[in-house]
Amino acid sequence: MSEIVIVGAGPAGIRAAQTLVAHGLRPCLLDEAARGGGQIYRRQPENFRRSPVKLYGFEARKAVAIHQTLDHLREQLDYRPDTLVWNAEDGALDTLQQGRAGRLDYSKVIVATGATDRVLPIPGWTLPGVYSLGAAQIALKYQGCAIGQRVVFAGSGPLLYLVAYQYAKAGAKVVAVLDSTPFSAQCRALPGLLRQPLTLAKGLYYRSWLTAHGIPVHQDAHLQQVDGEQRVQSLRWRQGGVLHSFDCDALAFAHGLRSETQLADLLGCRFAWNPLNRAWLPERDSAGRSSLSDVYLAGDGAGIMGADAAEMAGERAALALLEDLGRAVDPQRTAFLETRLQRIDGFRQGLEQAFPFPERWAADAPDTLMLCRCEEVSVGEVRAVVREGHWEINRVKAHCRVGMGRCQGRICGAAAAEIIASESGLALDSIGRLRAQAPIKPLPFGVEVAP
Amino acid sequence: MALLTRLAEGDRPALDFTLDGKPASGLQGDTLLTALLTAGEFLRHSDFSGEPRAGFCLMGACQDCWVRLADGRRVRACSTMLEAGQQVSREGSKPA
Repeated sequence: MSEIVIVGAGPAGIRAAQTLVAHGLRPCLLDEAARGGGQIYRRQPENFRRSPVKLYGFEARKAVAIHQTLDHLREQLDYRPDTLVWNAEDGALDTLQQGRAGRLDYSKVIVATGATDRVLPIPGWTLPGVYSLGAAQIALKYQGCAIGQRVVFAGSGPLLYLVAYQYAKAGAKVVAVLDSTPFSAQCRALPGLLRQPLTLAKGLYYRSWLTAHGIPVHQDAHLQQVDGEQRVQSLRWRQGGVLHSFDCDALAFAHGLRSETQLADLLGCRFAWNPLNRAWLPERDSAGRSSLSDVYLAGDGAGIMGADAAEMAGERAALALLEDLGRAVDPQRTAFLETRLQRIDGFRQGLEQAFPFPERWAADAPDTLMLCRCEEVSVGEVRAVVREGHWEINRVKAHCRVGMGRCQGRICGAAAAEIIASESGLALDSIGRLRAQAPIKPLPFGVEVAP
Repeated sequence: MALLTRLAEGDRPALDFTLDGKPASGLQGDTLLTALLTAGEFLRHSDFSGEPRAGFCLMGACQDCWVRLADGRRVRACSTMLEAGQQVSREGSKPA
C-alpha cells in the first residue's frame, strides 16, 4: 500500500504530521535521529536532566511544544526514528533502519530535511578541535560538552552570537567572537530586521550579554588560518589589513545555513536559483507544492527561513496535500499561514543584509587550502581544472573529485561553487548545480533486506 | 589529552569500553564521539593524508567521524550511542 510520508521530524515535519493526523490521516514519519525535534530543538538523551530553559533559552516553550506534539502523536503515526532515507525513485523511498534496508511506496511525500551549516573553509580547518557552529551547539545541547577549553567562535549568521552566548553561560571559556560582518552592514539591515523585533531583540541581547561579560566581539574580522600539530593550538585572523592571533584549543565557525536538498533532487523536483540563499533550491509555491504533484516541501530544507517559519510551512504543506486529496481545509488558516510566512521572508532579507556573505572569500582563498575534506582536494586543484576550460560544477567534480567523497558535497559544495565561479569569471548561477547521487549517505556493506 | 570538555550532566553511570584494545570509560548517554573525544584527541585518520580527524558537523552530514566496532561494522561516532563492553577502533594512521 502506498503511504503518505513525511521525511524529517523537525519543526516542519512534526507540524505537518500533526496537521495530517488532525484531518484523519495516519502518515508515516521518517527521521534519521533517535529522538524527534530536528537540530535546533534537538533533544538530549533520556537520562540527561537539564531543564528546557537551560537547553533552549528563550526558545524553551517552542521546543517543548514541538516535542510534546510528537510525543502525543506517536500512537496516531507510523513513526520511524533512526531511519535514513538514502534514495528515491519510482514512487518509493529506500530506507535504512538499524542496519536493515527497506522500501516504502509513497502516494505523497512531504520533504522536511532541514539544513546544515554553510562552511567556507580556511587553512587548518580539518584539525581536531575545529567544528561547525551547529556542531558546537549540538555538543553542548545534546551531550553537555564544550568543543574545547578555550573556544573561538567565528563567521556570521544568527547562530554565531547565540552559540557563543550559550557556551559562556554554560561555563565555557569563550576567547572571542569574530564576526565577519562589518558593523555598517548591520545598520543597513535594520529596516528589514525590524519586521521581527523580537528576533532582533534576542540577537542584540546575546551580543550585549557577551560584551557585558568581558568577551571580546570583533567585527569585520576574518579568519586567516588555524595552526596546530595534531590539534588546534592557535589561530590567525585579520581585521582591516592587520593580522592578529589567539591561543585557543577549539574553533567553531560557519556562515549561516544551507538547505539539505539531496532528497528533493533524487525525487525529481525542479530546481531554481535562489539569490538570497546563494543556492539552487527545489521550486515551491507559497503553499509548499513542488514541481511534482506528489511532492511537497517545507522548512529549512526548501530554503533557509528558521524554525518558526518551518513550523508554519510544515502545516501549510500538509494543508496543501489535504486540499489536493479533495479534503476540506480552513481557507482562513491557509491564508494566515501564507501571510505570516511572507512576513518572515521579508525578515530573512534583512538578515542576509545583516550577515552578508563574505564575497571576497573565494578570491582570497590560497591555492593550498584544502577545500574538500573527504577527498582532500585543494583550492589550487579546482582552479587548475577551471583553467583547463571546465566551468560546469559536475564536470569539475569528475575531473578532480571535489564534492565526490562520502559527504557528497554537503560540506564543501557551496564553497566549491564559489571557487569555480570566481576562477572562471562566471556568475554563481551559471556554473550548474551539483547533482545528488544515491545513496545520499554511505551504506554499510552487508545491509540486510527486510522481508 | 581530551578534545571535548564536559560542562554538565556528569552525574551518569560510567560505561567501560575498549579503544584500540585499551580500556576506556565513558558515561551512559554519551555518543561514541563524546566518549572517544573526552578520552582522546581524534576519531580517525584521513584516507589520503593520514591526518587525524575528530568529526566536524556532529549531525550526520560530514561523514568524518566513522569508527569501527568489533563486529566489523563501521558507524558514525556522532550518531551512535556508547554501550558497555563495546570494542571501538580508530582507523588508519599517518603514512610512515
